[in-house]
Amino acid sequence: MTATEDLRPVDLDLAAKPPSSTFRRWLAPVTFAVFGLVDIFVLGTYSHHGDATFAFSEPFAKVTVPNLALPAAITCYVCGAITLVIAVLRSFLSFGKGQKRASIAAVVFLFVVALLCWTDAGLSTAFNVVNLLQGTLAGSIPIMLGALTGVVCSRSGVINVGIEGQLLLGAFTAAIVASGTGSLWLGLLSGALAGSLVAVLLAVFAIGYRVDQVILGVVLNTLILGLTGYLYDALMVPYANTLNSPSTFSAIKIPLLGDIPIIGPVFFDSTIFLYLTYLALASVQVGLFSTRWGLRTRAIGEHPIAADTVGINVIAMRYRNVIVAGLVAGVGGAYFTIGSVGMFSKDMSSGEGYIALAAMIFGRYTPFGAISAALLFGFTSQLQSIMSTLNTPIQSNLLLMTPYIVTIIVLAGLVGKVRGPRSEGVPYIKA
Amino acid sequence: MSEQVNSPDPATAETKETRAGPDQAADRGRPGYGFGQALKDTLLEGRTATITVLAFITAFVTGGLLNAFTNTTVLHAWGDFFSAPGHAIAAAWDTAVGAYVEMFEGSIVNPHTVAALFQQASIGTAIHDGYLSAVFTPLSETCVQATPLILAGLAVALPYRAGLFNIGGQSQFIGGIIVATFLGYGVSLPPFVHVVVCVIGGFAGGAAIGWIVGELKARTGAHEVITTIMANYIMQYFLAYLLSFGYLMQAPHTTDEITAAIAGDAHLPHLFGPSLRINAGFLIALACAFGVWWLLTRTTTGFEFRAIGRNPSAARVAGIDVERNWVLVMLLAGGLAGLSGAVVVQGTDFTLNFQSYGTYGIDAITVALLGFGRPLGVVLAALLFGAMKAGSPLMQAATGTPVDMVQVLEALIVLFVAAPLLIRAIFRLRAARGGGVGGVMSRGWNA
Repeated sequence: MTATEDLRPVDLDLAAKPPSSTFRRWLAPVTFAVFGLVDIFVLGTYSHHGDATFAFSEPFAKVTVPNLALPAAITCYVCGAITLVIAVLRSFLSFGKGQKRASIAAVVFLFVVALLCWTDAGLSTAFNVVNLLQGTLAGSIPIMLGALTGVVCSRSGVINVGIEGQLLLGAFTAAIVASGTGSLWLGLLSGALAGSLVAVLLAVFAIGYRVDQVILGVVLNTLILGLTGYLYDALMVPYANTLNSPSTFSAIKIPLLGDIPIIGPVFFDSTIFLYLTYLALASVQVGLFSTRWGLRTRAIGEHPIAADTVGINVIAMRYRNVIVAGLVAGVGGAYFTIGSVGMFSKDMSSGEGYIALAAMIFGRYTPFGAISAALLFGFTSQLQSIMSTLNTPIQSNLLLMTPYIVTIIVLAGLVGKVRGPRSEGVPYIKA
Repeated sequence: MSEQVNSPDPATAETKETRAGPDQAADRGRPGYGFGQALKDTLLEGRTATITVLAFITAFVTGGLLNAFTNTTVLHAWGDFFSAPGHAIAAAWDTAVGAYVEMFEGSIVNPHTVAALFQQASIGTAIHDGYLSAVFTPLSETCVQATPLILAGLAVALPYRAGLFNIGGQSQFIGGIIVATFLGYGVSLPPFVHVVVCVIGGFAGGAAIGWIVGELKARTGAHEVITTIMANYIMQYFLAYLLSFGYLMQAPHTTDEITAAIAGDAHLPHLFGPSLRINAGFLIALACAFGVWWLLTRTTTGFEFRAIGRNPSAARVAGIDVERNWVLVMLLAGGLAGLSGAVVVQGTDFTLNFQSYGTYGIDAITVALLGFGRPLGVVLAALLFGAMKAGSPLMQAATGTPVDMVQVLEALIVLFVAAPLLIRAIFRLRAARGGGVGGVMSRGWNA
């Protein structure tokens, strides 16, 4: 990018022609209708006879909630019918922004209810909703933290495709340090620093040497994948006992809050990682939108020249933000090894960094949006793993596909065009 | 990108350089400008070729250092450093250099097989006993490994010239390999026709996936980087789904996620007899590289692609249908990636399993980047990475260096090639004449 190109008028996006309106107009209603028809004709028609039972408490909980039994087929039909009504309303009424999002949430929720009814219909065991939600939250930690890192980087004007590498190096380093020193806290700290180390590379090459950031991210991911795979074979396999057998953090139950039915076990009875995620979410949300730092960060991401004019050091601020945000993704990576599995294996993050990137865009570059999208991905994989233990005749591969299809549909304009920070990915060259 | 090198970047690079040090021309007349410096400047001015060579050297040295300090035997030797320092250094040197030597022997030529060939009594027996083919086996393996990389690399390079970044090589590869495999075992056709039909099917399967991505981009503006990443996962699960049911693509009488073997008629013919794995796929790949070169430089469509890649707004003003070209270029790219799936299943694998897609999608990106987005560059880069892949098993067997070293080297090479400013800084090069690829390639997410 030359300096002159950087000076282009703020919103002259000639390259993106306004999307064809008929396509956009019918995308949402048609998608909703498909979900409604699936609810009725796939899940409703093919469900077993009998009730689907849902449990809402953990075994041995202090306060228990009674189980809920729903007639499976009828519930599916009702969910489908409501979905179809929403589809019709959506196609004839003009919805506001909030209503649009609410309608999507309702359709997804009804689909999940119908799916669960279909899964559990006729089974003697109750489907434990608390376990599902608990697993969702825990399993989404790396995606959530990765997505938050992405939000901070993007808002500062740097595309971070290297989240995958940050997660993977975080996982590797946390395992090797926690195992070598025997201290989980040191492992956590070094995992965070490892995420930051990748961020340093990203910052130096993207901000300093002005390498294309998407390419750079992909290359860094390849580098980290190769490096951790190499070191795994070279060091961890021969010295598995000393270098690859960390213990894991155990769950901390928060007094009082942890005993609330449903909410308690889901939100307040987990490892340190979940609480760190809350902390990260709150910090990014408050930081970005209610502090001077946040205003400046958004300024250097939208219009760095203007920011520079008022005396903000754009380059230094981008370096700092990217490197500090790397800590967050590093913690997310550490979760893989010292938060859940207890050992490192090759390609452990298995593409979750890329999913975090998608979650960030899906969530429209906002912390809460990114977290919600991350939870959607986490929910599907958790649902799939629970369903496989229930021996339901579900095509788990097709189910696993859904969040990715949903992401594409969302990007294609279900919630309007997602527009990132103006200067995201454009290196700043001080004139 | 190669052609962009001459336009915007040198300006920016030079501004930086001039700030960093005095102008080179002025330097020459100054007292104290010695012969050594003059020679270095002449040889090493920041030309693209020089930068690339230096990037290679930097990458291989870095990889060698990594190897020297992590290899188990060497680590033991380092442990005894104070009692036997020479031993430690020798062990480190042996491992680092030995790994590269073994990689060379596994991919280009192995002196032992050459020696064995010349010890044979006559040419006739040498050929008959396979000594001749043993000499050429490493080269053949290099070409076999390079074949899908060339095609997949082109699938990234072509849209890159039109300003699109195709991370979805994997999804298109899967799309192609599914169709090619199905046609390979599912239908029976006359010998020659069968091969051709499968190859075309592979192209069509990949092109369909690429077309969807292009259409989404053109109609809704959905960013291709994200849609292609999503497509990778979708196709991955779709493949697993197809392979888990007998009535879909799973081979009969098995519980493994694998298809039946494709018919012999659908195999790509070997080029130099059955003992060398090199097959007609290599020729297809070279032909495609030539085709892409021809398309880009000798046709109106190619001109439009490049115009859009340089500046979509200007292209639109000039009357080029940007959306139509986006769809077309993604369709072609998908087809190329699909072809790479076809040559894998028809040339070497003959069956399709749930991991057949390997790392071709990501490798393709590194190949395209190292090839500067040019067809010839892609072929050379694919041959290099193919050679490293072909040589890595021997390297692991002989020196205990894990094969993942290849991936590290690939990433390092591309990283350094993509950052000419860094290479100039490391080697203290003067002002840039050519700009390399680095800064020029930068463009925003939204552009």
